[in-house]
Amino acid sequence: MSILVIAEHDNKALNGATLNVVAAAQKIGGDITVLVAGSGAQAVADQAAKVAGVSKVLLADDAAYANQLAENVAKLVASIGAGYTHILAASTTTGKNVLPRAAALLDVSMLSDIIAVESPKTFKRPIYAGNAIATVESGESVVVATVRGTAFDAVASEGGSAAVEAVASTGDAGISKFVSEEIVKSERPELTAARIVVSGGRGVGSGENYHTVLDPLADKLGAAQGASRAAVDAGFVPNDMQVGQTGKIVAPDLYIAVGISGAIQHLAGMKESKVIVAINKDEEAPINSVADYWLVGDLNTVVPELVSKI
Amino acid sequence: MKALVAVKRVVDANVKVRVKPDNSGVDLTNVKMSINPFCEIAVEEAVRLKEKGTVSEIVVVSIGPKEAQEQIRSSMALGADRGILVEADDSQLGALEVAKILKGVVEAEQPQLILLGKQAIDDDSNQVGQMLGALLGAGQGTFASEVKVEGDKVQVTREIDGGLQTVELALPAIITTDLRLNEPRYAALPNIMKARKKPLDIKSPADYGVSPATKLKTVKVEAPAERKAGVQVKSVDELVDKLKNEAKVI
Repeated sequence: MSILVIAEHDNKALNGATLNVVAAAQKIGGDITVLVAGSGAQAVADQAAKVAGVSKVLLADDAAYANQLAENVAKLVASIGAGYTHILAASTTTGKNVLPRAAALLDVSMLSDIIAVESPKTFKRPIYAGNAIATVESGESVVVATVRGTAFDAVASEGGSAAVEAVASTGDAGISKFVSEEIVKSERPELTAARIVVSGGRGVGSGENYHTVLDPLADKLGAAQGASRAAVDAGFVPNDMQVGQTGKIVAPDLYIAVGISGAIQHLAGMKESKVIVAINKDEEAPINSVADYWLVGDLNTVVPELVSKI
Repeated sequence: MKALVAVKRVVDANVKVRVKPDNSGVDLTNVKMSINPFCEIAVEEAVRLKEKGTVSEIVVVSIGPKEAQEQIRSSMALGADRGILVEADDSQLGALEVAKILKGVVEAEQPQLILLGKQAIDDDSNQVGQMLGALLGAGQGTFASEVKVEGDKVQVTREIDGGLQTVELALPAIITTDLRLNEPRYAALPNIMKARKKPLDIKSPADYGVSPATKLKTVKVEAPAERKAGVQVKSVDELVDKLKNEAKVI
């Protein structure tokens, strides 16, 4: 087996999601090569070379890859990828954007969001918002897949000593251009990697109340903050905080759902959490069926009390 | 310009599906089927672009069983002008086969804008739009939360993990919709009646030179592991105690 892992990064640092993908690659078994496509991304390649289990790093450095535009990166991945048995990337918005395009250029089917490796050709993946788990066998010469990070324990970011090799750029496809980016800044841990997540739903009432009630709890626990789709659609918080089938998938040690009813869509994003706590005024809320502990009460009094007692 | 919208018939978003006892798949007999929510947003966006005068004709295409005509008719009731059904067996279709058929439809219809949902809520693949982009050599604006057509270009604001990103694509381009792009309208009864008279062509994958035979084989489908039933706690003190001493997570 020879496995190509597409590195996720911002041209300065390697994103932790890549470490989970390398872990999945180790389960498949074989030589692991990491591809860093970026602009001025030598530092990322150096970090990738230190990742445990990586045997080679390919660096494609070109302005065309600065913003991970799918049209340009997929072309590169397809040009390199034919020589590998597997091509993997993280199930992040970047991985989901680039990899299917690369797969089609290679004329192969791909698997999205794998959660387990059964054999080098057979994988498990959730379907129907996580309400069923499909075992799928690929008959393709190259297995292309995105990997659900929370399903694989990250490998160590230190300890490896792979060689970094430059590869030629395939250039700018000339059909797309980066215009701008608006990144939400936060002091809190990254949502998908956090050990504790505090999430609010429609029940928190307003954006102001979301922060008044939930910020102290998240601060006290050193937790990342999430939200249900209802809270995002109502404008309480930005969309990158959405947990669910169509948002982020999290699996922290502790997930505290406050004012969230627990629609199928939301449960798909958090039901793999180790311990789930629900705080809701509705005794019949569906979230209670997946919660380990649930407390029925007014979140405006319960949450501050909880903060004072932790 | 012409817009092409791809829609998929899927199990309704509010249905809790059950896995068949023989693990061959999900039981869809007598289950309510609907237009995939992301596809509905794609139709709505096309209709809004038509109302603004940017788009002159909306063609909606679905690939699937005969019954998918219902979803094409619903799209017409929302404002699409005509429909194409490519009748095929869903179980033989992977995202790549769907993208190849759509490529054939695009080549026959020559639309400038191709709108799809970002993913279908049944297989959750999130692949078809990107694959179609590759096959056509067209730019892709995936997970769109805003679409602005300016001359022969389109600016798409995309939902990415850290926030938002805006890209500019040359037309023709592919756009896949995210939930926040718009709020689909309800079809009014007169529009539902009118939709019955709009033209709907029936095609087959062979008409586009595609043989639907996915190389992905579903070996089995299982229900996910059940979570152990939880307990209701009566007070904050009890909750704190459980989290500290029983679950040991804080």
